[in-house]
Amino acid sequence: MAMQSQAKRELLALYEEPDQAADAVERLHSAGFDDNDIEILSSTPYPEGAFGEGHTKHRLFAFPFAGAACGMAVGIAWIVGAQVSLPIITGGKPIVAVPAIIQILYEGTLLGAVLFTVLGVLFESRLPDGVGLYDDRISEGYIGISVMARERRLPDAQIALEEASPIDLLSKEGSLMHAPGTT
Amino acid sequence: MQEPVVADTKTSNRELLDFVFAWPAWFFAVGGALNGLLVAAFVVVILMLMFGLQFLGYSHPVYWGFLIVNFVFWIGVSHAGIMVSAILRLTQAEWRRPVTRAAEVLTIFSLLTAVQFPLIHSGRPWRTMYWTFPYDWNRGAWPNPRSPLVWDPSAIFTYLTSTILFVYVALLPDLALARDRAPNPVSRAIYGVLAMGFRGTTRQWRIQTVAGLLLSAIILPIFVSVHSIVSWDFAVTSVPGWHNTIFAPYFVIGAVHSGVSAVVTVMIVMRYAFGLKRFITRDHIDSLARLLIVVATVWLFFFLLDFFFGLYGTEPAEVDTWQRRLVEPPWVVIAITFIICAYIIPVPMWMFRAIRRNFFWMFVTTILVNVGMWLERYMVVVPALERKSGLTFTYGDYAPSLSEFILVAASFALVILGFLTFSKLLPIMPAADIKEGQILADRIRVGRANVPAAMRE
Repeated sequence: MAMQSQAKRELLALYEEPDQAADAVERLHSAGFDDNDIEILSSTPYPEGAFGEGHTKHRLFAFPFAGAACGMAVGIAWIVGAQVSLPIITGGKPIVAVPAIIQILYEGTLLGAVLFTVLGVLFESRLPDGVGLYDDRISEGYIGISVMARERRLPDAQIALEEASPIDLLSKEGSLMHAPGTT
Repeated sequence: MQEPVVADTKTSNRELLDFVFAWPAWFFAVGGALNGLLVAAFVVVILMLMFGLQFLGYSHPVYWGFLIVNFVFWIGVSHAGIMVSAILRLTQAEWRRPVTRAAEVLTIFSLLTAVQFPLIHSGRPWRTMYWTFPYDWNRGAWPNPRSPLVWDPSAIFTYLTSTILFVYVALLPDLALARDRAPNPVSRAIYGVLAMGFRGTTRQWRIQTVAGLLLSAIILPIFVSVHSIVSWDFAVTSVPGWHNTIFAPYFVIGAVHSGVSAVVTVMIVMRYAFGLKRFITRDHIDSLARLLIVVATVWLFFFLLDFFFGLYGTEPAEVDTWQRRLVEPPWVVIAITFIICAYIIPVPMWMFRAIRRNFFWMFVTTILVNVGMWLERYMVVVPALERKSGLTFTYGDYAPSLSEFILVAASFALVILGFLTFSKLLPIMPAADIKEGQILADRIRVGRANVPAAMRE
């Protein structure tokens, strides 16, 4: 029982207008939830801070540099290895040709930078992601506010989300909002 | 961009995904015709493998003909696609939004088409693997890394891989959109796997923005290197007319000229074929035409530099090659046609706003540019090889064969078919990017004028 109360559950509220979504985030902050508990889902990139969320910290800028270093090392190993393994002897010229090294080194460095950047995009975007709550209506322009809360804090989260007038409120089990005319 | 696209999210989704989920009859008709050309090209290649390169009409001393011309041409077209996209992203130009994806996809299929030609031209495509990659340990067959024929594949492989990844990263939000709007469970599952669970969190959008800038910055130097190395296929030889230091920038700017023109052509076709009139506007082609005026003029400058410095040294072999290119028939006809098509007709026309904003005239002039640029590559490649030199005793005349014409036609078919197939399966317009433009767009009053404005982060 104690374990169950420690487990986090997710709620997802859908809002029609960005102002409503920003209002919901503000209410969640007031209720004691921080940015690590809240996720804002939209089909469009909104300017950072549009919903009152904090600055997104990431290390994507480090990935191309790491990739470039690896790519350069592989490029040099490949091209020098190929030349040393089968020496092509041409009068007075060194076995390991510098122009060839520069070419392959250049391409290897940039290819490594691109590959690592793409890996960095996946890592920093937390992809692949198959566990978070989602609703197709988000791609129609609705804004989703998702909250991860422990069982005992779930009612607080639900109240904060409902006060901002969502069109729907979802949990893993389905909609928590009653359709008009039902009890 | 002057006027922002105005449509609500549902309308934008429907119009941008309309072609992806619909099956118009013309798609099958066009696809069938293009596939017919590809089958014809496949037969030509099989016959060439059976009978050798002489089947295509190659003989001493002209062994580089239509195939290599076509290779250079498609590498060129592939360049502007990514250049336009990367530069517009880096400068955060508002009008980039509908342009970038089509430009990037054009790059992918032009490159894939371009690489077919050196393979075919090798006569024994399977052998190119161990000319290029050091893998044949048992027989000790290693590539010669001093040759640009090794640099070339490494540059093209880097460029192709980077472009595909660049497109894929930018596609993630649109794959998620396609997943959400897919009409059946199978396509929903496929788009779902490709989207990798993208949900559009603040973090994911932030990373998308930064990744677009980072990848653009990395891809631009790759783009410059690829056509430089293609030019060195020629420039590092001792063939008069090719052995020229200006070749790398001359080839790169020529690639940009033909590639940006191809982007304009493709956008105009997309506007009508895919029903994207709301998203591809006169402002877009106007902006690209202004860019083309500058690019075309710089390209002409480099062409003239190549010409002047070729003559200025008064080296007989070099002068002889230029005389062949510009004075002797049939090259004189090709030279006049190419300069008229690539510069003299289009650039003065683009000076007029009415022409730049006219879809028909922009379509015609950009097609003309690419006709001219194809002929330019033909003029660079063949006359230089035809020149009679000492200690060579067999001279065959080069005339393009029917088989080569089929291969060239098939290359266009391959690019169009690839582009069409991509557009059929995936959103060809970056929906998220376009919708972001709508969110950030507004109108402000300046004095008595009500002008469009866009906020930028």
